[in-house]
Amino acid sequence: MADSEEMQANALKGQISIRRARAEDLDQVIALDAKVTGLAKPEYWQDIFERYATRRLDERFFLVAEGSESDDGTILGFIIGEVRGWEFGSAPCGWVFAFSVDPGTRLRGVGESLFDAISDRFRGAGIQTMRTMVARDNRLHMAFFRSEGMVAGPYIQLEKSLDD
Amino acid sequence: MQKSSRLAIFALLELASDPERQVSVSDIGEKYGVSAHHLAKVMHTLGRAGLVRSIRGVGGGYSFVGNARRVTLLDIIGLFEDISPACAPRDPDAPTAEKALCQVEAEIDDISKATLGSITISTMLKNIRRIEERSARALQEETAG
Repeated sequence: MADSEEMQANALKGQISIRRARAEDLDQVIALDAKVTGLAKPEYWQDIFERYATRRLDERFFLVAEGSESDDGTILGFIIGEVRGWEFGSAPCGWVFAFSVDPGTRLRGVGESLFDAISDRFRGAGIQTMRTMVARDNRLHMAFFRSEGMVAGPYIQLEKSLDD
Repeated sequence: MQKSSRLAIFALLELASDPERQVSVSDIGEKYGVSAHHLAKVMHTLGRAGLVRSIRGVGGGYSFVGNARRVTLLDIIGLFEDISPACAPRDPDAPTAEKALCQVEAEIDDISKATLGSITISTMLKNIRRIEERSARALQEETAG
């Protein structure tokens, strides 16, 4: 049964449009990322835009969520992913490596709209599995991806401090 | 996971699937094969935590009053079990093997808590629906084939 938050999110989802990122969106993407992470990285985002929004577009997806006219067409969130094959012996799968939603618009269904849109793009590219990586202490993202049906995959990420 | 925690999760899922409905302890107990006595104690704890409300009288029972999108499995387990770190900081003079084992236990504990702390009642209800839909599709394909 949908609770009131869920019904509100569903109603608002219709007012969001998802499309590929354009060069003129970049300043808003940089600002949104800086707002969420506390660190502006213009050169990084310029590079990401060139790699994921201008080349091999059949398997690279840099999508933005654009608000309705009442939001002045503001970029409310973005998601970036690509098809990667044979890393660590894995058959091709869709990797989501960047995802952000404006904190002021959470619970409006922006994240779910972006997630659904990139899932559809991956399906369209013939991909059946989508993966991502989340910091263990990032409860917000972890809970979001779980609610979308993501579960622990067949790989475990390992690391080693090189100072040891 | 201890029996009381599992039982509490089952009861909350049952109630949260339709918060308007009131379900008796005996109905839940029958479904999961547990005694009404054990379940009553579990429901009392859930009531004190503000997750369920008891309605007395004919047609009474329990209903869910928590926030299904916020309450996680870890929150529920924490009502019945000690969820403090599996391996507490050790005496610096503890044997090295103990420190090394503690590191492994802490790693497992961190992963378990991250998992349980990210799955809400609402997510569990969605997962139940997905499993039911998958089973229905499989049955349909089997029948058609």
